[in-house]
Amino acid sequence: MATEQLYRIRIVNRDQEFFCTEDQVLLIDMERRSASSINVGCRGGGCGVCKIRILNGDYETKRMSRAHISEAEEKQGFALACRVFPRSDMAVESDHYIAPEESPYQKAAAQVAVR
Amino acid sequence: MKKGVMRPGHIQIRVLDMKEALDHYRDLLGLIEVETDSQGRVYLKGWTEIDKFSVVLREADEPGMDFVGYKVLDNQTLEKLHGELVEFGCNVEEIPAGELNGCGRRIRFDSPTGHMFEIYAEKEQTGKWGVDEVNPEAWPRGLTGMKVTRFDHCLLYGPNIAGTLELFQTVLGFDLAEQTLDENGTRIAQFLTVSQKAHDVAFIECPEPGKFHHASFLLDTWEDVLRAADLISMEDVSLDIGPTRHGLTHGKTIYFFDPSGNRTEVFCGGDYHYPDHPPVTWTTDQLGKAIFYHDRVLNEAFLTVLT
Repeated sequence: MATEQLYRIRIVNRDQEFFCTEDQVLLIDMERRSASSINVGCRGGGCGVCKIRILNGDYETKRMSRAHISEAEEKQGFALACRVFPRSDMAVESDHYIAPEESPYQKAAAQVAVR
Repeated sequence: MKKGVMRPGHIQIRVLDMKEALDHYRDLLGLIEVETDSQGRVYLKGWTEIDKFSVVLREADEPGMDFVGYKVLDNQTLEKLHGELVEFGCNVEEIPAGELNGCGRRIRFDSPTGHMFEIYAEKEQTGKWGVDEVNPEAWPRGLTGMKVTRFDHCLLYGPNIAGTLELFQTVLGFDLAEQTLDENGTRIAQFLTVSQKAHDVAFIECPEPGKFHHASFLLDTWEDVLRAADLISMEDVSLDIGPTRHGLTHGKTIYFFDPSGNRTEVFCGGDYHYPDHPPVTWTTDQLGKAIFYHDRVLNEAFLTVLT
């Protein structure tokens, strides 16, 4: 049986790394390896929470919501980690999602415990 | 006061990949695939639904919800409400019959929360799927996945839910069934009904207009909710939270995501509402319990992850 190809994914802003297989997207392999260097949202390219910027490395992406990754941003290496398949070792920056203004519901939730 | 709006009739959801979306809505939820129209939109329905379709999937660059439609009693009601929507100040557009296959003329309007809604009086009735109209058996053979019975409601996030409440109460005849009030008595969540259900549509206050939190589909029993949870694990589907119970509406529920990141709920049970009932109120100091009755703690994703 062929050895599965593992790529080293370095999250430079968190000084953390995890390994990802070539047939899996970054975010899912990160979760499987109990790492938490990228924030997790819908895992489907829709909500924008796992927005990253790829600094170097080769990769392929599935379709991502244009509400969160414009064509210009895509060219600059921005992507949603739940839609990125590695094709080499990679260095990325996480935490590029800018949350919209807090809703009153979130503000109320901040008063009680949120996990 | 009832104004002749009967029920939620359809929802059009944007997806990034139609094939993956059908794996979710048809094969996992167990909706019945009805047909594909000339624009490539796919129509589906729950097996108990009498009308031809209730879910329309449209492939697009940005997931989310295009519109929700409500069926009204007849064309006379449609005309009357059309006038009242204009008078209320909504931007109103007429969609000709047949723009959705099998659906009559629709009146589309916007809301203060930035969502698009429509009302219509006529849709082709194809009957429940897989059972006879006369002497119907209990359920049809050949259902797949979670075997959801119908599209039930949706939860939408946007600004000025007070304005949308006024629109739905005064023009469309919905009642406020349940609500969450903050310490100043300001309503930050509202569950509206046009039937005996605890909600036919719900809204949560949020600065961003037009956001979609989830579409919800009905199951019969708590055992069915647990079975849905098993399928979510078996298929490695992106889970949000559950199985659990809500304090608000007291529904038993599980939340997960479609392959484009739109949230789906399947649920059973919950409160009922009659027009003379005062709204059920939860206060924000009990917000954890209001949302997730067992954990009594909120998860961040439930509040912030939207399409």
